[in-house]
Amino acid sequence: MLGNLSWAAIPFNEPLPIISAAVVVIVILVVLGIITVKGWWPYLWREWITSVDHKHIGVMYVALGLIMLLRGYADAIMMRTQQAIAVGGAQGYLPPDHYNQIFSAHGTIMIFFVAMPLVIGLMNFVVPLQLGVRDVAFPVLNSVSFWLTASGALLVNVSLVIGNFARTGWMGYPPLSELAFSPDVGVDYYLWPLQISGIGTLLTGVNFVTTILKLRAPGMIYFRMPVFCWTALAANMLIIAAFPILTATFVMLLLDRYVGMHFFTNNAGGNQMMYVNLFWAWGHPEVYILILPAFGVFSEVVATFSGKGLFSYRSMVLATLGICILSFMVWLHHFFTMGAGADVNAFFGIMSAIIAVPTGVKIFNWLFTLFRGRIVFTTPILFAIGFMVTFVIGGMTGVLLAVPPVDFVLHNSTFLVAHFHNVIIGGVLFGMLAGYNYWFPKAFGFTLDERWGKASFWCWLVGFYLAFMPLYVLGLMGMTRRLQHIADPSWQPLLLVAELGAIVIFLAVLCQIVQLYVSIRTREVRRDLTGDPWNGRTLEWATSSPPPPYNFAVLPRVETIDAFWEMKRRGPTAVEPTYETIEMPRNSPLGFVIAFFAVIAGFSAIWHIWWLVFLGLLAIAVTVLAFGWSENREHELSANEMARMERARLGLGRPA
Amino acid sequence: MYDGRYATSDAPNGPASNTRQGPRRSGLVRSLVVCAAVMVASCQPAGVLDPQGPIASAQLLLLINSTAIMLVVVVPVILATLGFAWWYRSSNARAGRSPDQAYEGRIEFVTWSIPALIVILLGGVIWIGSHQLDPRAPIPANAEPLRVDVVALDWKWLFIYPDQGIAAVNQLVVPVGTPINFRLTSATVMNSFFVPQLGSQIYTMGGMTTHLNLLADTLGEYPGFSANFSGDGFSEMRFVAKAVSAGDFDAWVVQARGTGSALDDAAYAELAKPSQAVPPRIYRSVEPKLFEHIIEQTVSGSEKTGVGAAWCPPAQQVGG
Repeated sequence: MLGNLSWAAIPFNEPLPIISAAVVVIVILVVLGIITVKGWWPYLWREWITSVDHKHIGVMYVALGLIMLLRGYADAIMMRTQQAIAVGGAQGYLPPDHYNQIFSAHGTIMIFFVAMPLVIGLMNFVVPLQLGVRDVAFPVLNSVSFWLTASGALLVNVSLVIGNFARTGWMGYPPLSELAFSPDVGVDYYLWPLQISGIGTLLTGVNFVTTILKLRAPGMIYFRMPVFCWTALAANMLIIAAFPILTATFVMLLLDRYVGMHFFTNNAGGNQMMYVNLFWAWGHPEVYILILPAFGVFSEVVATFSGKGLFSYRSMVLATLGICILSFMVWLHHFFTMGAGADVNAFFGIMSAIIAVPTGVKIFNWLFTLFRGRIVFTTPILFAIGFMVTFVIGGMTGVLLAVPPVDFVLHNSTFLVAHFHNVIIGGVLFGMLAGYNYWFPKAFGFTLDERWGKASFWCWLVGFYLAFMPLYVLGLMGMTRRLQHIADPSWQPLLLVAELGAIVIFLAVLCQIVQLYVSIRTREVRRDLTGDPWNGRTLEWATSSPPPPYNFAVLPRVETIDAFWEMKRRGPTAVEPTYETIEMPRNSPLGFVIAFFAVIAGFSAIWHIWWLVFLGLLAIAVTVLAFGWSENREHELSANEMARMERARLGLGRPA
Repeated sequence: MYDGRYATSDAPNGPASNTRQGPRRSGLVRSLVVCAAVMVASCQPAGVLDPQGPIASAQLLLLINSTAIMLVVVVPVILATLGFAWWYRSSNARAGRSPDQAYEGRIEFVTWSIPALIVILLGGVIWIGSHQLDPRAPIPANAEPLRVDVVALDWKWLFIYPDQGIAAVNQLVVPVGTPINFRLTSATVMNSFFVPQLGSQIYTMGGMTTHLNLLADTLGEYPGFSANFSGDGFSEMRFVAKAVSAGDFDAWVVQARGTGSALDDAAYAELAKPSQAVPPRIYRSVEPKLFEHIIEQTVSGSEKTGVGAAWCPPAQQVGG
């Protein structure tokens, strides 16, 4: 009846996960209780859960990413603490069984449920506004994407309480992840959530490529699009090309695990090297799916706060597209040590180094944007400058690892760990935090507190260097990654420094929470009444903060790069525009309902409850079909109503 | 030019050239200095930085050279970033501004040329280095190479000396100055054989053979381990690589032949069972072709493979 699920799945005998899980469950119940008592459910249902507005979906993505960041951070500090104390004779407080789950969960969560939601969230919020349009191409599909991603995040976290997570590392290399070596549900808790959220991500890719290719404001030809839109286009094309590889690879591993096939097993003709190749054929483009939009954010931030147009827009676009294509030709550098011949290794090493060319060009372009600018030091540009300094170091160590013989001695070492944290924290995360601070006033109509924002930046920066520079050194000293116990006591001082760095990063997270709290408390004095708090250059600043549901009453006419800057230069037009009747998509519970059943199906598949898997999938199919037949999906916003709303909005926007 | 609606660029937070962080920042700076001191102090040459053979030395040299080539650009870029950010701050009245300049063809040419030149240089380094330091390439030396077969087990290393007919667990004894010609495989999941001070690591994979050539040119004991996560006993999957003189090596072989038990099928089956933190031990004799048998056994399916698949009775899984 319940497949493999029994009371034994709940680790009553392990106090640590049970207590932490209990705390989380209690917090969730309290939040739900407050929502119920205050009567906020109808509001949440109407404005958020069933919303198909790209701005609301974007905000929910970012919120998901930030919440999961806390979970991923909790894993990080537990690992650092274990490595700092389990040295020599000491065994630390985490046995291998538990420690191995933690580093696997840390990687999985940080990549799939922190970085991806933050990146996709910002793209959701910003891209249609920058393109000067009213929504994405497929608004309901967008909601489905979000809720599928959230389902994956939920399922991964269920493994805290019911069952356990994978002990294979976040790459899940077979044969360790095969049934023979991982017979419990851990790997299934890795595979199914990533399959579910992976479908959501693929749909996002389809949605955004369509949006950027087909929906742009009149006059916005490709070479007038803001650079963030270019990077979003590149990232989403990579999603479309890369995510199916991951899904297919995981299907093969699932077939191995569930029906005894032999794609990647040691025996019966299986080939583990195939998994490693396929995983990184997705995994390397994934790196650029994350970093390209971050580059886009920095391009917007550096230009805005230097009061200058971005230097050499054309180079920036070409570099972005170059990286997009090259990212598919370098995957083998993740396993130079697998025994490929010198020609193969040298080819992939050189291809990897070539990516440094467009990336270097980007760095130079930001540098020359700062040059002879008028730089206003706000939180976003601090993150941008912190990024430029930090990222060139991470890029340099990356190119070092692309030299195959050097990789032979640094592969899988903490040098590698330091390198990819260097580019993911110093690049992706700094970019997302810059974007969060930059676009927050657009989303909510008030700016974030600068003092706490800057405090958070300095803690992130210093914390990063403290936490990861020691790992570079330890890697050179011969420390490999994923050690639950450290044999060499001479490594301990550096591990303690890294621990301190992790604590400073905790202060950074704390500052951000305080920043949000303080900003909400003082929102009345920090209202953005102009819609353009930073003297921006692109179209998202042309509408009010927060924008009306339709973004632009009349679609803006674009004649140059930095369209809004040009509009400001020409001055406002005095004539009230003529409004037209538009169609707006209605709210839809489709995404939420599908995600609900996807969670049920995924959970049942993990525990082999086949009848419930079948029912869940059937329910999804019925829901999709029912939605497909419904015709009442849009509502009209008449010209008169639009005019009334616009007058009210602009009246509010322009105090006498 | 702008109407009032747009003229509020820095409000409401004020121009932020005033970036004082209050007391936290100075505390952070102080701790940063202390930590940097700790890092420098605890940084004696070790591991990759303390090579004891030609492969490891060449790799360290390559690491240093590549770093130096890149620092030529990286250091000026970092300094320019900080310098530009500081000099062109909005409150600096002496800084020149050109807010409308967003393109300059000559600069664009330079921005593409500098990284391209660096990468062309590095590309040559990569091509030559990859071929010279190919793990499969034999190391030129006067001495005849010593053959060692390496098997990764859960969670220990088995070293077979096929020409000497002995074997050792978690202990690798090699003569100094003699090239070691390794063949490697795994009887379990993927691992990576690595002795940082001797150079190149290489994966060990079930059913497959990888090749590696190393050489130790000074006497000493060098830590080795698995550099690819392999499960619960991974952290303790360590061994010591002892580089001894040729005479001592011969003596060790003779001594090994006289001590310990034989590594026959039964002893191997016992050894292959998962165990953690295994102390070094020696086998006085080895089943001939044991390495090949282990690969065959892994490919054809032992008791470890395919157990308990969801819909199939185990009996159909075994022995495929």
